[in-house]
Amino acid sequence: MSDSSTPKTHGINIDALKSKQSTTANDVTETALTVKDLKLFYGEKQALNGINMTIPKERVTAFIGPSGCGKSTLLRCFNRMNDLLDDVRIEGQIMLHDQDIYHRSVDIAALRRQVGMVFQKPNPFPKSIYENVAYGLRLMGVKDRRTLDEVIERSLRRAALWDEVKDRLHDSAFGLSGGQQQRLVIARAIAIEPEVLLLDEPASALDPISTLKIEELIYELKSKFTIVIVTHNMQQAARVSDYTAFMYMGDLVELSDTNKLFTNPKQKQTEDYITGRYG
Amino acid sequence: MDKTNQPHHISQQFDVELENLRNRVFAMGGLVEEQVKKAVTALSEGNSDLAEEVKKGDIKVNAMEVEIDEECTHIIARRQPTASDLRLVIAVIKTITDLERIGDQAEKVARMGIDLAEMERPRNGYIEIESLGNHVQVMISGALDAFVRMDAEAAVQIAKMDLKVDHEYESIMRQNITFMMEDPRSIKRVLGATWAARALERIGDHAKNICEYVIYLVKGKDVRHTSLEQLEKEVTNSN
Repeated sequence: MSDSSTPKTHGINIDALKSKQSTTANDVTETALTVKDLKLFYGEKQALNGINMTIPKERVTAFIGPSGCGKSTLLRCFNRMNDLLDDVRIEGQIMLHDQDIYHRSVDIAALRRQVGMVFQKPNPFPKSIYENVAYGLRLMGVKDRRTLDEVIERSLRRAALWDEVKDRLHDSAFGLSGGQQQRLVIARAIAIEPEVLLLDEPASALDPISTLKIEELIYELKSKFTIVIVTHNMQQAARVSDYTAFMYMGDLVELSDTNKLFTNPKQKQTEDYITGRYG
Repeated sequence: MDKTNQPHHISQQFDVELENLRNRVFAMGGLVEEQVKKAVTALSEGNSDLAEEVKKGDIKVNAMEVEIDEECTHIIARRQPTASDLRLVIAVIKTITDLERIGDQAEKVARMGIDLAEMERPRNGYIEIESLGNHVQVMISGALDAFVRMDAEAAVQIAKMDLKVDHEYESIMRQNITFMMEDPRSIKRVLGATWAARALERIGDHAKNICEYVIYLVKGKDVRHTSLEQLEKEVTNSN
């Protein structure tokens, strides 16, 4: 019989359990990217309403939210893809190594070497598998054959594609399946050792097995790269990410530990969206 | 977050499935409540027929547990519930386990009732067991009610009642030990009554567990294996 004064613990040290949980949530010591009051306008229309967030280093952060919420727009800001569009105005800052990437002195080509991007539709170049991965290195002036061979093998291995293509490196990249092409594009992106890898719906055009391969790859890659992924597939965000950001109508509604966001979100809007009550 | 008035899912079928799940838990809860009530009456009135009814009824309780469990598995497999929907399914899976155990304990009380019906009856007609039985019945219905209304504060109040039940059980124990020491011929009968009281006390623990699941469901906090003070703090803090 328990007395009212003695807590029923059944031998479990609850405090230890809780502190263990909180260290997993807070063990991020380094930040890869810091977004400060970022506003973006397409002409008159404001697409991002002052976003503040930090993207932790060597972790996977997923952006979820309904179409038009600004998640892809925000992702594209991280390597200044929006610069290519006319009529876009950006305010605020994105810091990478204490450097505002929107500062006038920033070399955009150098920025994109540090912050790579992979799109929804696999877009290999009309070249061989080998040359696709070598492309960025050649642009950087790498000519030594042995260095190229090494980097290409390493990149293809990291992208979990090596075993499937090692005997046909000089065949056209277009001969690969959609899932293989997407992994090739990821290999091409990581060949130049970026710090951040942006993935915009990387698996939405792929079949379930290829999707799982990409997800497995994301898990492998986070030990080396900071990954930011935009996905429409909530279960995918739940599976692959460490942190999840829910965006709605240009606002960042909630950014938290993925386990927490999918079991006990703080915001009602997040709750409604992830449980399918949105709309 | 008020979850009793949530907007509908885009998938109305999902709403229907969750509503159906909820209803089945309450139906099972109702049946279990009835089982406990009958078992206590059977014992205090020495009614073996009623006790036999309880034994049969337990088969239905067990079947309901299996059915609801299966339904939960289907929902997880097909809907991949998240947030409050996920917590509802988890809370249901846990709740029905405790309800099934309550059913088992009721059956135990009924079996003791059958044994005791054939023995000499005490002058008070097992009034102390009846009183303990009434208390745990209030706990069961209160816990289920808190579940229906998703009322964490009410769940705390019901969980607190378990202390009284524990104290009541202790005093029954003490009294029964005295009886056995005074008259060793009564040992068999008094032991039977003690087992029944013990089963009822366990029912109180299970009802308290259900209250903890209600708090998890509403607040998203796991309050198992914590003190009552802690439990109360968690509920009031997160508002």
